[in-house]
Amino acid sequence: MVQHRSEHIVSSYEEELTHLTRHIIEMGGMVEQAINEATSALVRVDHDLAQIVIQNDKDIDKKQRGLDEMAVSMIARRQPMASDLRRIVASIHVATDLERIGDMAKSIARRTLQISDQHISPQLYSGVRHMSDLVLTQVSAALQNVTALEVDEAIRICEKDEEVDALYMSLFREFLTYMMEDPRNITDCTHLLFCAKNLERAGDHATNIVEAAYYIQTGANLIDEIEIRKERR
Amino acid sequence: MDIVQDQTAAATVPGASTPAPAGEPAARVVTRDVSVFYGQKQALFDVSIDIPDRSVTSFIGPSGCGKSTFLRCINRMNDTIDGCRVSGIVELDGEDINRPDLDVVELRARVGMVFQKPNPFPKSIYQNVAYGPRIHGMTRNKAELDEIVVTSLKRAGLFEEVKDRLDQPGTGLSGGQQQRLCIARAIATRPEVLLMDEPCSALDPIATAIIEELIDELRENFTIVIVTHSMQQAARVSQKTAFFHLGKLIETGDTEQIFTNPRHEKTQDYITGRFG
Repeated sequence: MVQHRSEHIVSSYEEELTHLTRHIIEMGGMVEQAINEATSALVRVDHDLAQIVIQNDKDIDKKQRGLDEMAVSMIARRQPMASDLRRIVASIHVATDLERIGDMAKSIARRTLQISDQHISPQLYSGVRHMSDLVLTQVSAALQNVTALEVDEAIRICEKDEEVDALYMSLFREFLTYMMEDPRNITDCTHLLFCAKNLERAGDHATNIVEAAYYIQTGANLIDEIEIRKERR
Repeated sequence: MDIVQDQTAAATVPGASTPAPAGEPAARVVTRDVSVFYGQKQALFDVSIDIPDRSVTSFIGPSGCGKSTFLRCINRMNDTIDGCRVSGIVELDGEDINRPDLDVVELRARVGMVFQKPNPFPKSIYQNVAYGPRIHGMTRNKAELDEIVVTSLKRAGLFEEVKDRLDQPGTGLSGGQQQRLCIARAIATRPEVLLMDEPCSALDPIATAIIEELIDELRENFTIVIVTHSMQQAARVSQKTAFFHLGKLIETGDTEQIFTNPRHEKTQDYITGRFG
């Protein structure tokens, strides 16, 4: 594994690579905000905020297209090699994952518009909020690894995804119970269940981002590294 | 030129003379601790490398890194340079090529070379290709010689373009055609190894693409070593890549690995265009 410590001889190339990473981080910020606001809109049944989230998703999509164009242009003009090549190709993947997380937020916002009243127990909303907070921590930690990889931290993020999955399963059971208790809850609970599923998927994308960050820095596969460590234990 | 033999070198280098791993082509050229001195100045330091059979190995590195000097060790072209001294072991098919009683002319028939600038002889196209087989006495009659000339020109992808003017001077061809003529001339003696020192640097992109296509075809029958300043070219044509820096072999490996995930920081800095 070799990480570059020095700068390119061609300074404009160096600037473009820096710009690419900055673009990812900016996009990450937009996505984090989208998930946070979508969850707030859901738990408060705030239709105005939900509309804003849906509207803002267009900006995230635009940001992703911008990054794709930037990456394709760099491949064509710079013929990147080694770590630069990995950074550019993996950035395309990261941007796709972020765009998908943005879609998850939009999906939650759309469902919020379908939820009409508040006769669901606040406890169920708090479960979704808790899951959203956990996913946000995961996305944020994943993005930090794109700028500076910490292998142990990267592995921890991947392992923590199991917690997100477990939380989803426990919410699933809770919603099911609630629906059985009172069939009038079925519609709203189904919406909430889909929202939880969206958050669970967002968590999966966060682990994809960590894997891409690991690949950028090492040229290797994080899943392989995790397997090796498991065998050692 | 003095040849300093250090017969113990191979024994002290880990992996020397070990067979190639399963699935890998056997090494055709093996070098151990090869150093080159121009007078007092050491240009190359202890280069040990196995060059696999029937594949393309590229040497890359900044100007003055020793890659061409090392290439010339493989067919003793450094013999022609005054004050140049080579130490270490260079083996072709297990045979030490620096042995004092070795016939250098015969060696250079077995290890052909193509240079940066196309350098056809001021003779006809036919004579350019026929020259090697003739001086090495490879043919008994004109028919056999004709056969070698035609086959070599075909293999070099030039025959169709020149078949009606084999008696015209080779120097009248375009740059790309002249370089293919030089390749035809080099392969006419049926060498085992073909050394190419920046063979495309004087050619336009189309002529370069034709030569690269040719290199890819030739590797079925020859062991090819190419020195190139174009990393894209090394990435395109070679299966193995060796990176030289300041006279030392820094890293060698599968081309794909070198260009996607080099192990050494110097390799990384060079191929990505960073300050070393």
